[in-house]
Amino acid sequence: MAAKKTSKKPNVSKDELLSYYKEMLLIRRFEEKAGQLYGMGLIGGFCHLYIGQEAVVVGIEAATEDGDKRVTSYRDHGHMLACGMDPKGVMAELTGREGGYSKGKGGSMHMFSKEKNFYGGHGIVGAQVPIGAGLAFADKYLGNDRVSFAYFGDGAANQGQVYETFNMASLWKLPVVFVIENNQYAMGTSLQRASSSPELYTRGAGFSIPGEAVDGMDVLAVKEAAEKAIAHCRSGEGPYILEVKTYRYRGHSMSDPAKYRTREEVQKMREERDCIEQVRDMLLTGKHATEEDLKAIDKEIKATVNDAAEFAKESPEPALDELYTDIYAEA
Amino acid sequence: MATEILMPALSPTMEEGTLAKWLVKEGDTIEAGMVMAEIETDKATMEFEAVDEGILGKILVEEGSEGVAVNTAIAVLLEEGEDADAAVTSSAPAASEETAAEAPSEAPAPAQAAAPVEIVVPDEPEIPEGTEMRPTTVREALRDAMAEEMRRDETVFLMGEEVAEYQGAYKISQGMLDEFGSKRVIDTPITEHGFAGIATGASFAGLRPIVEFMTFNFAMQAIDQILNSAGKTLYMSGGQMGAPMVFRGPNGAAARVGAQHSQCYAAWYAHIPGLKVVMPYSAADAKGLMKTAIRDNNPVIFLENEILYGKTFDVPVLEDYTVPFGKAKIWREGSDVTIVSFGIGMTYALEAADKLAEEGISAEVIDLRTLRPLDYDTILKSVMKTNRCVTVEEGFPVGAIGNHLSATIMERAFDYLDAPVVNCTGKDVPMPYAANLEKLALVTTDEVIAAVKQVTYR
Repeated sequence: MAAKKTSKKPNVSKDELLSYYKEMLLIRRFEEKAGQLYGMGLIGGFCHLYIGQEAVVVGIEAATEDGDKRVTSYRDHGHMLACGMDPKGVMAELTGREGGYSKGKGGSMHMFSKEKNFYGGHGIVGAQVPIGAGLAFADKYLGNDRVSFAYFGDGAANQGQVYETFNMASLWKLPVVFVIENNQYAMGTSLQRASSSPELYTRGAGFSIPGEAVDGMDVLAVKEAAEKAIAHCRSGEGPYILEVKTYRYRGHSMSDPAKYRTREEVQKMREERDCIEQVRDMLLTGKHATEEDLKAIDKEIKATVNDAAEFAKESPEPALDELYTDIYAEA
Repeated sequence: MATEILMPALSPTMEEGTLAKWLVKEGDTIEAGMVMAEIETDKATMEFEAVDEGILGKILVEEGSEGVAVNTAIAVLLEEGEDADAAVTSSAPAASEETAAEAPSEAPAPAQAAAPVEIVVPDEPEIPEGTEMRPTTVREALRDAMAEEMRRDETVFLMGEEVAEYQGAYKISQGMLDEFGSKRVIDTPITEHGFAGIATGASFAGLRPIVEFMTFNFAMQAIDQILNSAGKTLYMSGGQMGAPMVFRGPNGAAARVGAQHSQCYAAWYAHIPGLKVVMPYSAADAKGLMKTAIRDNNPVIFLENEILYGKTFDVPVLEDYTVPFGKAKIWREGSDVTIVSFGIGMTYALEAADKLAEEGISAEVIDLRTLRPLDYDTILKSVMKTNRCVTVEEGFPVGAIGNHLSATIMERAFDYLDAPVVNCTGKDVPMPYAANLEKLALVTTDEVIAAVKQVTYR
């Protein structure tokens, strides 16, 4: 599978490239494994894979600092891995086990990590957008110099609450980056069929929020755009919109046959634009790594993912008395 | 080592499917992500992608096969130089193990409590003998409670429409902007869905928001954030993070504002595990419960009433007067019948009790004060004494709080009942505007009296 040769001469170190490669590959292999476990009946319900979109979270996370916060939708496995959550805990949540981040009570769509400032994992399209602005509200209120990231898709971009949030975030100059992951399909409805104006990065114009579109298959471009957005927020100038143009290779969820697009369309994306292949190519042509080096990385990541899967299979189901815990916090 | 390719589950409910078509053949080199086959589920034809790499050694299930159970081995993937038949034999048992693993684990024990989670609460702190009592309106009591808590805790703030410069649409936040400034008393645009979500996010990140809805009718714009984000996150995060916040505002009918502005949401919110629901009647309770609500680490729905705002009650002059959740208040002791109510319903309950006393009927009147947690014990104890019960509320009759109380009393005190419990509620109609019809739609003192006579066979 040959990626299109990248024309830019990136000013990026070998270590950086290698870390992006590893992080993106981890997400991809993790998701493939999740798909496999779903097929075996070990993961139930809805399971939304992130395959194809890896460069978005890896690029954004590369620009963040400690204490920055993030919140996203139900297509959340990649975000959790990219912000440093343990693949074992994530996979065990997918299998609904005690060792999962939510003790098995949240599932694929509802996972959180206070430690990593990951605020979910939300199953209702668009609901995470005001929540993300609320995280930023708290930081501003407390006088922290932190930035929050509210990720949502091209589908959620048409939700009313998004615009209510844009208005207040701009009015109150909240340090929040709205990351629109435009993967071109809201479940089965293409952007063209759902959005009166397909240029989503301009959606903040009526609220004086600057926006920018970026190639979401290019991790370096995403990182660069994120740095600019973060600088804007941290300097107290209010929110910023990044429309990251990306593509999901798999269906909306595991049970989506994806008949709304051709096999050729997906194949073309994979062959010409794949985010991991692009970095792989840079590593090889820049002589930063040999085929052997990359094979060793593949092997290491496969082992990490297999360990996560083993853990997720072996971790026991939650104790039955967990049914009645965590409904209320102690007053 | 050879890898078995298993029939995948391709939907949440799939148990078997048809292997419609193989898109690869034996001997083909397989790469991860390659589409290998088409599989028909009960819903759709799905493409089945390879996860592992290798050479397709043997196809075990021919295309066109129907009713192939999930997790059946359908093909074998080989590494370079491996022998297909040997691999098939050696790995066959693995498939059945997988199938066994998928069988449901031990049947869950029957849930021991069908009733909502009970919460043990400490006794109400007694108001010390000789405490000065000051006549205060419910409006002032609510403001005092919020202001006291904001002085006590920097992370508490108030947001909502017209709460700051306008001093509150119903003047509940009068003077608060002056004292706390615009950082902590925040006017919002008219966007309930958005600001309820922003406040919920802020609560996840360590603040304690008080969200004022101009009325709870408008909170329906924000219902998803209240239920799904604020109400459920603690559970969904396995206890890692929740929403310590208060959603408050007037609820229920005011006067002559018609159907869209006159509805009681008590039963709606009381339905949701994860929320706490408060509906005070008196000013003292409004104050003590509001302070408890702001300190509580859970999302609290605080249902006020526009008509009660201007009513004056004695409020104890104490430095820190709080009222615990889950503890009903007995306003009047009696022996012939138990009248249970809350919020403005208490007006009719107490009035009815006065009139009934003149006729020689002794009614015990209980104010629930909080609907979640609910003080079942106080009600049951009273009903076991009086053997009769009437509930009073302003909300609609279907799925009313009174329905739930009736069911609980039937389940737990059936043998003590001398008459069926009667629920007095608002009528089963949208609120009409015309003065005479509006009066007819609301619950009345006369109806409560009639209900008491019904259960006491007078």
